[in-house]
Amino acid sequence: MKKEIICAGFGGQGVLTAGMILIDAGMKLDKNVLFYPSYGSEMRGGTANCTVKISDKMIACPVSKHPDILLTLNTPAVDKFEDSLSVGGLLIVNSSIVPEDRTYRDDITVIKVPATDIAAEVQNLKAANLVMLGALAASTDIFTVDYLEESILQFFEKKGKGKYNEKNAACYRRGAETVQKA
Amino acid sequence: MSKILLKGNEALAEAALAAGCRFYSGYPITPQTEILEYLSWRMEEVGGEFVQAESELSGINMVLGAAAAGARALTTSSGPGFSLKQEGISYLVAADLPAVIVNVMRIGTGLGDISQGQGDYWQMTRGGGHGDYRTIVLAPASVQENADLMAVSFDLAEKYRHPVLIASDAAIGQMIEAVEIPEFKEHDIDKFDWTVKGCRKGDEHRKIQNVYYTHPDYESYLLNKYKEIEETEQRYETIQVEDAEVVLVAYGISSRVCLETVEMARSKGLKVGLIRPITLWPFPVKAFEEAGNARLFLSVEINILGQMVDDIRLAVNDKVPVEHYGSIFDIPESEGIIEKIEKWLKKEDM
Repeated sequence: MKKEIICAGFGGQGVLTAGMILIDAGMKLDKNVLFYPSYGSEMRGGTANCTVKISDKMIACPVSKHPDILLTLNTPAVDKFEDSLSVGGLLIVNSSIVPEDRTYRDDITVIKVPATDIAAEVQNLKAANLVMLGALAASTDIFTVDYLEESILQFFEKKGKGKYNEKNAACYRRGAETVQKA
Repeated sequence: MSKILLKGNEALAEAALAAGCRFYSGYPITPQTEILEYLSWRMEEVGGEFVQAESELSGINMVLGAAAAGARALTTSSGPGFSLKQEGISYLVAADLPAVIVNVMRIGTGLGDISQGQGDYWQMTRGGGHGDYRTIVLAPASVQENADLMAVSFDLAEKYRHPVLIASDAAIGQMIEAVEIPEFKEHDIDKFDWTVKGCRKGDEHRKIQNVYYTHPDYESYLLNKYKEIEETEQRYETIQVEDAEVVLVAYGISSRVCLETVEMARSKGLKVGLIRPITLWPFPVKAFEEAGNARLFLSVEINILGQMVDDIRLAVNDKVPVEHYGSIFDIPESEGIIEKIEKWLKKEDM
């Protein structure tokens, strides 16, 4: 197994946290993992992205020219990375923000998740990224839905943010259900 | 110990503490500031001294003072900040003092920019300051190697009483991988008989001074030291070089790309291998003995001038052609490297 994932969105939407959660989950399964953030004059409200690689083999290059999966939380993220997605790749779109009538490449799979709306319904606005991760777990075979949930809860517990775990788990599960129902 | 997730820069910092480093002084500059940031809270936890100096000059000269007292001392910088440290490095050499200096390389001349670069190769391997010296240079290519080579650096610095440089880069510094930090070692600040400390009546006076003038035979001393380093400290990794017609030579982040390049080239039927210098000085000439079938050595670097080419030409005695594949603002790409290889082979075989 070797997966290359790019998480992208506005700064503050938790795209870097989503990337960290993925490599943390991969490391705990003894996989090779790599996280490479874009950096420069980044700021809240600006664009942010990170490349994540999870592999059974040694990981060579930190950059991903043709990722297998794109986790996009806003429209500029789709604009920037859709073309680079590998043929047959998976594009997960935050449909609360990216316009419904947008057209996509026909050689990729597109999953639309109203992540920001779901996070608002759960009253956990900052956790749109977790909704997206739920969708990612349910639509790929990198991690089982249950394993990644457990791993996310541990991740926040370790950061001393365990008190939000109930709402975080709710967001994550709603994301997974979006895919499972579809 | 189990693995943890750390940025390359954080792994350097934590590994320095594990190696017994209890003195740090430096000045912030992207892309190495995480080292300061990390040590600003972590150094206190292990009972060491962290100083955010008012300048790079002050940072390196405090390291000189700490080293004179026997401490394992560290400073770090990048780009223009690393240039400012050169005078102090020259003084460390002149005074026979061990210290570790990290350069998390960024791109460009002058101010340059904050993205990864490998343009300080000449500065680091030829003795970047004034005078008549070289420094051992270690080039990590992963977060784990950042941690492992930090311990090696302090050991080598003390073994030879000489400053050691670590040539990291912005990409290795910023990326996060799972890493196992080496076990914590105690460093005894009083273990050497040459370090300075309070002197009571009757105690032998110890002096840290410029041995260039005072050593009875500095010329042979220095030549022998460097000869021993060149003979015993070459470090490198070779990947599929035995049957390779084209051998890539790359260190740091470029070597990570070249690992991918070798795999891609091999799947296309091209016999490509990789020599990865881990010590940039001493340059690992021994590695080239394994590459007996090479028709071309291709240096892959993030710079314009191909700074490592001279060393490769010396290593192969100019018997095999050496070319340069350079990138500037981006990390080199395997597709471009393979295109260059194919073009070269096509021209040669015509």
